[in-house]
Amino acid sequence: MNVKELQEVARTLRTDVLTMVHKAGSGHPGGSLSMAEVVAALYFGDVMKLDPKNPDWDGRDRFILSKGHVAPVIYSALARKGYFPVEELWTLRKLGSSLQGHPHKDSTPGLDCSSGSLGQGLSIANGLAIGFKKQGKSNRVYCMLGDGEMQEGQVWEAMMTAAHHKLDNVCAIMDHNLVQLDGNVPDIKDIGDIAAKWHDFGWNVIQLDGHDMEQVMAAFRLAAAYKGKPTVLVARCIKGKGVSFMENDCNWHGAAPNKEQYEQAMREVNGEVSA
Amino acid sequence: MIEKVPMRDGYGKALLELCAKRDDVMVLDADVAKSTRTVWIKDKFPDRFIDMGISEQDMVGTASGLALSGMIPFISTYCVFLAGRAWDQIRTTVCYNKLNVKLGGAHAGISVGPDGATHQALEDIALMRVLPGMTVIAPCDAEETRKATLAMAEIDGPCFVRFGREAVPVVTDENTPFEVGKARLVREGSDVSIFACGPMVYEATAAAEQLAQEGISAEVFDLHTIKPIDTEAVVASVKKTGCAVTAEEHQYYGGLHGAVSECLTANYPAPLEAVAVYDRFGESGDPGELMKKYKLTAEGIIEKVRAVLKRK
Repeated sequence: MNVKELQEVARTLRTDVLTMVHKAGSGHPGGSLSMAEVVAALYFGDVMKLDPKNPDWDGRDRFILSKGHVAPVIYSALARKGYFPVEELWTLRKLGSSLQGHPHKDSTPGLDCSSGSLGQGLSIANGLAIGFKKQGKSNRVYCMLGDGEMQEGQVWEAMMTAAHHKLDNVCAIMDHNLVQLDGNVPDIKDIGDIAAKWHDFGWNVIQLDGHDMEQVMAAFRLAAAYKGKPTVLVARCIKGKGVSFMENDCNWHGAAPNKEQYEQAMREVNGEVSA
Repeated sequence: MIEKVPMRDGYGKALLELCAKRDDVMVLDADVAKSTRTVWIKDKFPDRFIDMGISEQDMVGTASGLALSGMIPFISTYCVFLAGRAWDQIRTTVCYNKLNVKLGGAHAGISVGPDGATHQALEDIALMRVLPGMTVIAPCDAEETRKATLAMAEIDGPCFVRFGREAVPVVTDENTPFEVGKARLVREGSDVSIFACGPMVYEATAAAEQLAQEGISAEVFDLHTIKPIDTEAVVASVKKTGCAVTAEEHQYYGGLHGAVSECLTANYPAPLEAVAVYDRFGESGDPGELMKKYKLTAEGIIEKVRAVLKRK
């Protein structure tokens, strides 16, 4: 897919997320909207090697969603990729749904790992990466974290592990939207110059605008080519991106739009009115 | 004089056997490899060993990733820092994903001794037992620890084995049967059932011998698998004897006593007493002195047998 087509995928992911969360009456739209371009690139830009017809294919790359609450954007990507029917998206969070509020590997085709308790994903990604290297396999491992999540101590343990073992088959993506549930990250507990901190912990750091599809694709290409160190994409993003009243507002971290808000949000994402 | 060997030696031996036998086993430790005996793997199979440093939560996550890649990781540190500190990682990453991660909890119980309360795991059985799909084993000696560790490699799913620091009596040999989920009958009796785990199995046998001299016939079980518990054996024994005592180096709440209580309440309610640590922390001291002070001895078991017989 070219950049224009990927941008269109990102738009679809955003409308899916809004519809899913609206129908569910709960969920996390903010961080899902924040990551739409990155997820579009991962699943539709040939960044990850995947086979939707064979979800358990041994040669696939792996994706660990450390910030498990943005499950909606991943579910949307999996459905649009063909892992399960798009209609299932509208069952999110309902009793008996294959789409749990936070990712559950055994419920949803295409998920590589359950997650939802923050801070744990990077360790899992490292273990996969070590396992692949031990077995002489070339699979790559992608791990998505939030910037608020950097307040979890385990992330820093895992950063050291990845660097120590020179896991160049690990690519972390940090959603740097500067908003967490209770407020702005610098106000709650400042993470400071986070790119410098990743660098100091031994990582290859790529800083980018996470909503610029060309930059996103270029960053993934650079990460795959880099040898000897793990790479992190510090993706500067806007939480709630694309919906004017959700952008940069912590109250939309984990709240569902009502009918009126939903209709307004859909018009904005579809470009019928300016965001 | 009975031979005494630290149970952790059995863990280390089993890991050496596993690494020699299969190429999908990995061994991880969190900077206590000499204590847990995983240093033996580091020396003999260096490419199968990773020292994760002092990062227990990261170790559990890394092991989970290894399991997702198709390998079988055995991870070890002191029980307190494994079952306690990394509990959420074990719950949400290992168990919720049903991952094939094997947990080796060292320094179980108050017999850790001089290091004191911070390092004496008395809550780990309870913490691990509540997790969906987790197998929990508390073997009685070094040889049974070896067998339990080997058996864990054959189970598809999360398993936890706890073992102590001190040299404890070797009461089984390589021919003694061991099967996960099957209580081992140590001594038949008719007046009271004693269900013990860990080094308390030896104490229970000693207690039964003393009680026999007074004409009290105690049936002793090595209830090494606390989850899944051997309901059939527990219920059949108590139907015969009419009462029971549990004995463990663990808190009264939630451990072996908790498991046997649940089993009897649901199937055959009967008087039950517990030899355990009663809702308090341990302290520094010589292991033997501590076991005496906290009544984790044959004498402590006899005391509870007398109490439970009065309730029959």
